[in-house]
Amino acid sequence: MADKDIQKAQNTAVTEKIRNVKTFVPRVDIYETKDAIYLIADMPGVDAGTVDVEVEKNILTIYGRVENGKPADHKLVFSEYEVGDYERAFSLPEEIDQEKIKATVKHGVLRLELPKAEKVKPRKITIHAEK
Amino acid sequence: MSNLSFWRIKRFADSIPEIMDLQREINRLFSSVTQTAADFPAINVWEKDNGLVVTTELPGMDPDKINVTVNGNVLTISGTSEPEPLKEGEVYLRQERESGSFQRNFELPYQVDAQKIEARYERGILQITLPRAEEDLPKKIKINA
Repeated sequence: MADKDIQKAQNTAVTEKIRNVKTFVPRVDIYETKDAIYLIADMPGVDAGTVDVEVEKNILTIYGRVENGKPADHKLVFSEYEVGDYERAFSLPEEIDQEKIKATVKHGVLRLELPKAEKVKPRKITIHAEK
Repeated sequence: MSNLSFWRIKRFADSIPEIMDLQREINRLFSSVTQTAADFPAINVWEKDNGLVVTTELPGMDPDKINVTVNGNVLTISGTSEPEPLKEGEVYLRQERESGSFQRNFELPYQVDAQKIEARYERGILQITLPRAEEDLPKKIKINA
């Protein structure tokens, strides 16, 4: 593995939660193909029921809610990582067809398919000469 | 005046869990200075009378590619994760997730029963239950009068 910081980065920009939990920035890979943009986010601890994906105007926001993950009647004796929610927002390019976004979750990884819209017809603007 | 100090004491008691959290975080802050790739993945260790639970975040792994072994009192977690197979002409716009192989050795505070170790992989979190070895349990000494 690379020498990146192994700790999750805290998302300090988000509004505080009612629940006393921290919010982290999920790490993402984004890649582009001819027809779509794919976004893959590491959100360990979430499943299909605890992930939300929202698009408002052209802002895509991903949320993940994580239960504290504490094994029943155990005491934490050594801790290297913290558990908390996830939140991150991206602005989408114009070309994405927002109606056709698909999302799946597997093994704590959210995968979004953001299809590109059919080619937008070029619009010709007629210029009128001033009289 | 005495009333005021009473409230102060009460509020201090209320904040003890937060102080403990703070202490843990400060410890983490200092220990993370020396954290390197060899410390991947980060683990949490939980304890109960008769055993330990180790949890670690390994999102998006193939459960068959995670290996958990115990040798003596050393727990080893290793594995490999494959990067996305990109086709010709597809490009990464961002690449923040990790892929590749890793190995983490962790010394347990006592002998565990190797036969009864259980590992579960759910929602990208690996949870290993390590029951303490029968012969290693603390013995109660009977005191004769």
